[in-house]
Amino acid sequence: MRAASQREVGDAARVWARPEFWIFAVLALAPLAAKLGAEAYLLSLATHALIFAIAALSLDFVLGHGALVSFGHAAFLGIGAYAVAMLSRWGHEEIFVQLLAAISAAAVFALATGAISLRAGGVYYIMSTLAFGQMLYFFFVSLSAWGGDDGVTLDARSRLFGAAVLKSDVGLYYFALAVLMACWALAERIVGSRFGRVLGAIRQNPLRVRAVGFQPFGYRLTAYAISGAMCATAGVLLANQSEFVSPAFMTWQRSGELLVMVILGGVGSLWGAILGAIAFLALEEMLSSLTEQGNLILGPLLVLIALTGPTGLAGFVMRSAGGGAR
Amino acid sequence: MSSALLVVQTLNGLQLGVLLFLIAAGLTLTFGVMDFINLAHGVQYMVGAYLAAMFVAWTGSFWTGLALTLPTALAFGLLLETTIYRRLYDRAHLDQLLATFGLIIFLNQAVKTLWGAAPLSVPIPDLLSGSVQLMDGLFYPVYRLALIAVGLATALLLHLLINRTRVGMLVRAGASDAPMVSALGVDIRRLFMIVFGFGAMLAGFAGALVAPILSVQPGMGDDLLILAFVVIVIGGVGSIRGAFLAALMVGLIDTLGRAFGPQLLRLAMAPAAANQTGRSLAPMLIYILMAGVLFFRPTGLFPVKR
Repeated sequence: MRAASQREVGDAARVWARPEFWIFAVLALAPLAAKLGAEAYLLSLATHALIFAIAALSLDFVLGHGALVSFGHAAFLGIGAYAVAMLSRWGHEEIFVQLLAAISAAAVFALATGAISLRAGGVYYIMSTLAFGQMLYFFFVSLSAWGGDDGVTLDARSRLFGAAVLKSDVGLYYFALAVLMACWALAERIVGSRFGRVLGAIRQNPLRVRAVGFQPFGYRLTAYAISGAMCATAGVLLANQSEFVSPAFMTWQRSGELLVMVILGGVGSLWGAILGAIAFLALEEMLSSLTEQGNLILGPLLVLIALTGPTGLAGFVMRSAGGGAR
Repeated sequence: MSSALLVVQTLNGLQLGVLLFLIAAGLTLTFGVMDFINLAHGVQYMVGAYLAAMFVAWTGSFWTGLALTLPTALAFGLLLETTIYRRLYDRAHLDQLLATFGLIIFLNQAVKTLWGAAPLSVPIPDLLSGSVQLMDGLFYPVYRLALIAVGLATALLLHLLINRTRVGMLVRAGASDAPMVSALGVDIRRLFMIVFGFGAMLAGFAGALVAPILSVQPGMGDDLLILAFVVIVIGGVGSIRGAFLAALMVGLIDTLGRAFGPQLLRLAMAPAAANQTGRSLAPMLIYILMAGVLFFRPTGLFPVKR
């Protein structure tokens, strides 16, 4: 199911055969295509999709490679978004400063809650990540200095090296694309590294890994922290896109949607999560433009996907591409 | 005056506690016996409330409405079990999450389509309307007292059912080791169906009970579902006794924490700071409790022996 391994990247001829190449190429050209239609609307949709692609990618990293079903990932989106709101009010508008703060805060939250959630594992892990996400949600709801339930509006978007590049929607789009590509490259690197191999082995058989002398706990916790930090960068971008931050970014339903994106894309392929996020948001947008009761279709569709258990879009792409894509 | 407030808030906490127990009881058994994560348990509670609202409006009587709600909630649960859940028992947790998440999305929208987005209300039955005087200057609604009593009675009944009957014995055995129960010749599919249907009925019962005091609206089960998860994690998956004690704990701590947290903190902090910290900290208390339990007893306070 996994995409071609890391070693093949150096092989220039094969770059063309990798689905990631085509995904990123299409995403890079998307703003040009948007000019043909309602540009502002399409571009904002595409940016939204990129941001959720980052979040879904981060979840697929820990879910597909660490076998950890985190049901509280929206909390990290919230951490990233509030990092932007707080820092910009305190006069730090530089996006790299905000990213750094968001990543550190998310990693600390992931380490603290993950260490507790991982103690029991299994369904306890799923339920406790859900509960910790909800805890953070209620924390921000009751934080009246930052608007509580209503959230806060940002004065302006962040600045890139002091310049107002992100003010333009195209600038923000390409910045989001750059972050997505960086996150994907990092995740691929980690999966292909020694750390990633151990993580994959733990997923397949924790008992044997323990017998060889590795402690799964540290590896899993580290993977969770990396994933949370990655997801927080999506939160930073989300705050910038909407120029608004509220606890609604981090409801548990949002965490559920992130899981749906990953499953839709195909668990474990990383690039599948990008497709999954785009497909889910496109589907949602299409259904809501068709009818007000789009959820009456979306819900049963998810049930159907779960029951038939397909391999997701990634599996579909690999199968249609046939042996040639290997 | 403060003692009166304490009594009122303790009763409110108990009320939330028994409500949580009715929801968590079915949920903890489906976790424990079938190893099945049912996110849609919260919407079953919501469906119960809507059914009660509908039947009470049709028949004009709360009691007939309640009597009609229970079998309908049971039938609805069994319908879900036979059409969807049954196919998911031996699948990965991820598939179970996806399917039941889809059900939440569908049912939340479906009740909106059928009954409208505006909250419905159900009148309190005449027999239980009004308030009683508990002490000087302290009145408490009869209906809420009755709710606590019914909740506690249901818990007792469930205790007897689980610990004194043959079906209960099989459920307990199933929570420890379902494959072994199956190997001993018990029709495990039927047992699963009973557990699931009964859990769905309890959740629907909880929904019907709160219909007169809460507004019946789409999404009303979503937040309670998370609280029920917290209860199950604290109590231990598959344990009815754990669910009962944890539900009362969560109900009381959440209610009392919100009511008195700021005042307690004022003993140690400046009033303004205490108010702010208390208000932020109170909603987090039960999650902090959960974290503490997970840290010291990773499988909950009353883990089922395996």
